[in-house]
This record gives sequence, C-alpha cells and structure tokens, in this order.
Amino acid sequence: MDVVVNGKKVEFPEPITVAELLAQHHLHPTRVAVELNREILPRKEYNSAQIKSGDQIEIVTFVGGG
Amino acid sequence: MALSQTASELEKADPSLARYNRQMLWEPIGIPGQRKLRESRVLMVGCGALGTVLANTLARAGVGHLTIVDRDFIELNNLQRQVLFDERDIADQLPKAEAAKRKIAAINSAVDVEAVVADVNHTNIDQLATGKHLLLDGTDNFETRFLINDVSIKTGIPWIYGACISAMGLGMVIRPGITPCLRCIFETSPPPGMNPTCDTAGVLGPTVNLVASWQAMEAIKLLTGNIDTLSPFMFSFDMWDNRYQQLKVAKARELADCPACKHGNLEYLSGKFGGSTTTLCGRNAVQISQPAGGKIDFEHVAKNLSAVGKPSFNKFMLKCPISQGQGENAREYEITLFSDGRAIIKGTNDAATAKAIYAKYVGS
Repeated sequence: MDVVVNGKKVEFPEPITVAELLAQHHLHPTRVAVELNREILPRKEYNSAQIKSGDQIEIVTFVGGG
Repeated sequence: MALSQTASELEKADPSLARYNRQMLWEPIGIPGQRKLRESRVLMVGCGALGTVLANTLARAGVGHLTIVDRDFIELNNLQRQVLFDERDIADQLPKAEAAKRKIAAINSAVDVEAVVADVNHTNIDQLATGKHLLLDGTDNFETRFLINDVSIKTGIPWIYGACISAMGLGMVIRPGITPCLRCIFETSPPPGMNPTCDTAGVLGPTVNLVASWQAMEAIKLLTGNIDTLSPFMFSFDMWDNRYQQLKVAKARELADCPACKHGNLEYLSGKFGGSTTTLCGRNAVQISQPAGGKIDFEHVAKNLSAVGKPSFNKFMLKCPISQGQGENAREYEITLFSDGRAIIKGTNDAATAKAIYAKYVGS
C-alpha cells in the first residue's frame, strides 16, 4: 500500500492507523497536527482512522523556537 | 470608475503619512488603513529572532504603539539573525527590549515604543495585554505561547503564533471565538528537554525572516481591518526540503474538545501549568520547577546539549556547564536537571535569566 507522508511516498506492508503511524515516528498525539487528504483530522479519531492506499498525510510537529 | 490615488495625490492628502506612500498605494490599505495602523497598539512578546524582524517590519509600516517585552541581553551569536541588533549593542550591554527601542527611534521616530525588560509570566501578562489590539508571538518556548493563548481567550484580543527551528517554521492567526486556538491544534507542550531548541539544533536567518514576515503581513491585514483576507490556514514550511504547506485547520475549533477555548480552562494563565522559580539565597542559583510532564530522558537531553556544552548524567541528574558571551560579557552557568524536569541554574540570582537559560538549552 502506497501512501504519501509529508510529501514522500511511503510503502506500508499492512494496514495502519494514524495513531500507529505516529507511534512509528515516536510522535506524541497531543503535540502534532495531522491532515488526512487535505482535511484536519480530530485527535480523537487518530486511533480509528485507517490509512488507505493513495492517502495523503501531512504531519506537523509543534515548534517552539524563535 | 474612480481611479485609485496616485503617489503624489496621496502625499498631498495627508503629508504626515508621506513616508508610507508605497504602502498606501496598495488600495486595501490606502490612507484609511494607514491611519488605523497609526492608532494601533501591539504587544510584542519576546524580541529575539522573530521579535526583531516583527518590530522592524511593523515600525517601518507605521504601527503607532509597540510594547516590546523581553527578559534577555544581546549576545554575539544573536547577530546572525536578530536584525535590529549590532556589535555596539553588545559592547553597551543593552537588554534586547531597550536596544530595539533605540533602533526603532532611529528608523521611525513617529512610533511610540515602550520597552519592558521582564519575564512574561502568568502574573503580568494580563496587565501587559490590556488595551492592545493584537498580541504578537516572538517567544522562544512553548509555555509562553500557551500563556499568550490563554490571555487572548480571556481578553478576546487576537494573537499571531509564529515559531521556527533550523529551516522549519510554523504560523497561525488566532482570533478567539472565531478561529481555532493554539490548544485546539496542539493540546500540550512537550516535556522539558524533549524538543530541540534554536540554541541546541540551530536556526537559519531566512527561516526566521519567513515566519516573522508572514506574521507581520497577517498583523498588517488585521490592524487595517482587512479581516476577510487573513489566512485561515496553519502555515508550515521546511525551506531546506523545499516544502511549503497550508494546513486547513479552520474546522479544528468545532472538532476539537479544546480545554482552553471550549471549556475555559486557562491553566497557563491561572499558574496551574508552567514553571515557577525560586532564587536559592546565597548560592547564586535559581531553581526552576516544572509541573510533572513525564520523566526526563537524560540521554536525549544530553544529545541536544552536546551542541553547546559537555553534559554528564547519571540516573538522578544531568549537569551541563554553559558559557555565554565573550570578553568582559562572558558568563558561566551550570544547568543541573533532575528527572522530574526541575532544574537548578547556577551562575545567576535572577529568575528571568535562569528561565531564559532553561528555555534556550533545555526547552520549556
């Protein structure tokens, strides 16, 4: 299954949820914003949101510098 | 159809605004917008990298009243990106807020600048925000941003989030009750030490300029009443990877169960969340207590700190000496970090200095 994560094509051998994808990247769910196919995904849906082939995912990590 | 005014017509119409000619030629601003800018009062929280670009841009644009708050002094390694400062300011040992005020006086003497050398915290932000039309984020840490978010919700004053590190940046316009607030998007800040800071991972000048220019443009739209053209997106970019994104965050307000703007729990403004400081008498040290945010991963923190010092740690604590400044301005500090996030900053009795060091090198 091919998915685009932050502009890069990524292949997943098995179905995966958004929460699992974040865990793979060691990202804490309360410190990221996730867009699934150009729509913001509510945090409460991270566990249930199944990523499908062809999906486009944008993960933005909270930045604190300045 | 009426033609728009020419440069010379604009100048005749109001000679006091002559210097803003090129800005007023842009019709959505014009003379009415320029007058609105002159009447505007803006609180600028932090005057480092983002803050100096913001202050420089807005003072030149003719924003009438700027209150600039910063707790820090200028160091040589600031000059690579903090556009209002120069070598002379370092020799004069000026606080950032005061140096910014002096520079702006030379750039645009019509701007009334109030320089406040202070740590912004839950005890003073309410008073600083009073009477302002806009709050601008030029801070270097998560905690103060949540504090600005809380005071914005309490007072109804909009604020513009901006943040950057290395070649990455983020920005968002927050109008309480209308758009999502910061906590609708990011509910909590990372535990201390988990995220790289500009002082451990570095930051490039163009990154700062892009974020702060974006914030300044949104500020000009907002202050001139061009509300319909405000960005409804979260602007996110990585200039090194050539990625520029606009996240559609507008729905986050109704979708998120936000503790702050939906439930009114202003935990940073009440002082429940956020660090507190205690000066350790006779020890030339300040203790910084952080509310429990999970156990600190010393290995991770040490890796970040190895860019600036030689950290050492055991399972109880991490120590790292930090040198700041050059020549007669040189200062030596030592950070001792405990696993619950508490830290002792040696080398100062001043709470604001200690908080600045914690924010720069550990991250808060």
